[in-house]
Amino acid sequence: MLELHSLSKHFGGVRAVDDLSLTVGQGEIFGLIGPNGSGKSTTVNLICGVFPTTSGAVVFEGQDITDAPSHRVVAAGIGRTFQNIRLFGDLTVWQNLWVAQNSVEERQTGWLTRWLGGQRRGRDYAGELLKFAGLADRANELARNLAFGEQRRLEMARALAARPKLLLLDEPAAGMNAEEVSQLATRIRALRDHGMTILLVEHVMELVMGVTDRIAVLNFGQKIAEGAPAEIRSDPAVRTAYLGTADA
Amino acid sequence: MDFYYGMAQLIGVHTLLGLSAYVVLLTGQVSMAQAGFFAIGAYLAGMLTVLSGWHIVPAMLLAAVASAFVATVVGFPALRVKGLMLVVATLAFGEAVRIFWFNFDYQIAKGNIQVGPLGGEGFKQIRYFPENGWSTADVALFIWAWVIAAMVALWWLDRSRVGSVLRAVGEDELAAQSVGINLTAVKVSAMTIGGFIAGLGGAIYAHYTTHIEHLNFGVVLATFAIAYPILGGLSSVIGVLIAVIFIQGFLVEVLRFMGDWRNLLFGALIVLAMNVRPDGLFDARAMRTLRRLFGTRDA
Repeated sequence: MLELHSLSKHFGGVRAVDDLSLTVGQGEIFGLIGPNGSGKSTTVNLICGVFPTTSGAVVFEGQDITDAPSHRVVAAGIGRTFQNIRLFGDLTVWQNLWVAQNSVEERQTGWLTRWLGGQRRGRDYAGELLKFAGLADRANELARNLAFGEQRRLEMARALAARPKLLLLDEPAAGMNAEEVSQLATRIRALRDHGMTILLVEHVMELVMGVTDRIAVLNFGQKIAEGAPAEIRSDPAVRTAYLGTADA
Repeated sequence: MDFYYGMAQLIGVHTLLGLSAYVVLLTGQVSMAQAGFFAIGAYLAGMLTVLSGWHIVPAMLLAAVASAFVATVVGFPALRVKGLMLVVATLAFGEAVRIFWFNFDYQIAKGNIQVGPLGGEGFKQIRYFPENGWSTADVALFIWAWVIAAMVALWWLDRSRVGSVLRAVGEDELAAQSVGINLTAVKVSAMTIGGFIAGLGGAIYAHYTTHIEHLNFGVVLATFAIAYPILGGLSSVIGVLIAVIFIQGFLVEVLRFMGDWRNLLFGALIVLAMNVRPDGLFDARAMRTLRRLFGTRDA
């Protein structure tokens, strides 16, 4: 479904992502892990067209989306969340979802209703997502007033508002407690059961090991291992990258 | 009484100017180009009624469409830069427009006098209102009909998804494009709407003053344009109106006794307002309090 072909991004002399190739299959929960600064977030940003690639290609459902503008990537069916939450704080919770429905509605409604129509249509649609995110009773609250965990959930709901086929989650569990992490795992599995493909970029090992089907490990921008969670856990190269060499 | 009608006219026209900057500011762009669009509307509408003998309404609409078109064209290159660079770029555009009219001559004979814009001497005799027997009160009503139409249209826009999208872009461009918003389209649209409204304002301005010249459309006017939404806050179009009344109605008139020192006080007040109330005199919290007072439900 998503293929990266020899993707590279160099910032000056720094090879943030270096010759990275991987394939995420339809309906899969794919984990992307690695130590700090290993190029995980850069990879997400390259897929989403936040900045141009140095070389390589991003192919989504057979369509080349390398360096496509972000809104085109969303229209193609890729949604994302941010490592550091980026909500629209001065908008209400449901307005955050409302603005994100553009790509979906583009295929369904005339532009006049889409842009100038009232708030009701937006609310109906946002209702389901808010229920899923456990924010149904917070719909009219300003996003900036939400608690941290609620903001994370809202950001995920906002990414879903564009009805993506592939969801990129950039460290969704950062700053969460154990209970919130397990709720997050439940949500991720529920999404997969609805046919969503998920690329999970994460630090929190219990989440990655618990929900993913396959994992790729990055270190210094390069893929050093790929396989099922059990294989990754016992891979010596991964242990070295995370824990340092045995005698260090 | 004429003094109050004159005041109402001035406030009406400046409200249009402030609204044009408001739309653009919603997307997070500080535009100093609004006085330029205002000037284009003023000169074109004046030329249409004086030189071509048009009725004022089609003249205004065509002038506004032309301003909107220029705003679109300016929008594309200008939006590649952000923040302070955008301020400089739009300021340069506004000055370019002013210099254009400073150098523009196009006069024709009408009866035994020459009419039309004449460079530095300005464009005199835009006498559509007196020639057609409109009283000062008629003109004030006419202006306010446009102001109210513009405010209702923008208020509606604000409540529709357009408003949320504009604000989303203003708040976080990266997040906005990551949820599928086309930044260029949104920013250029905001600029176009702003250009249209500024053009309308300029078109009315030319006709009620009857005499315009390039000096009317300088940096001072551009500063006023952006000061209104900054002072009024971005919660609602009402904020712009209140800011215009506050500045033009209260400060300019009440502080007239201070003479030229008055301008100094403007600057000081804007700095003070931005420090004390960074989100405008009427920020989101103040608007909620007002809504509660008047018993309407928070949207």
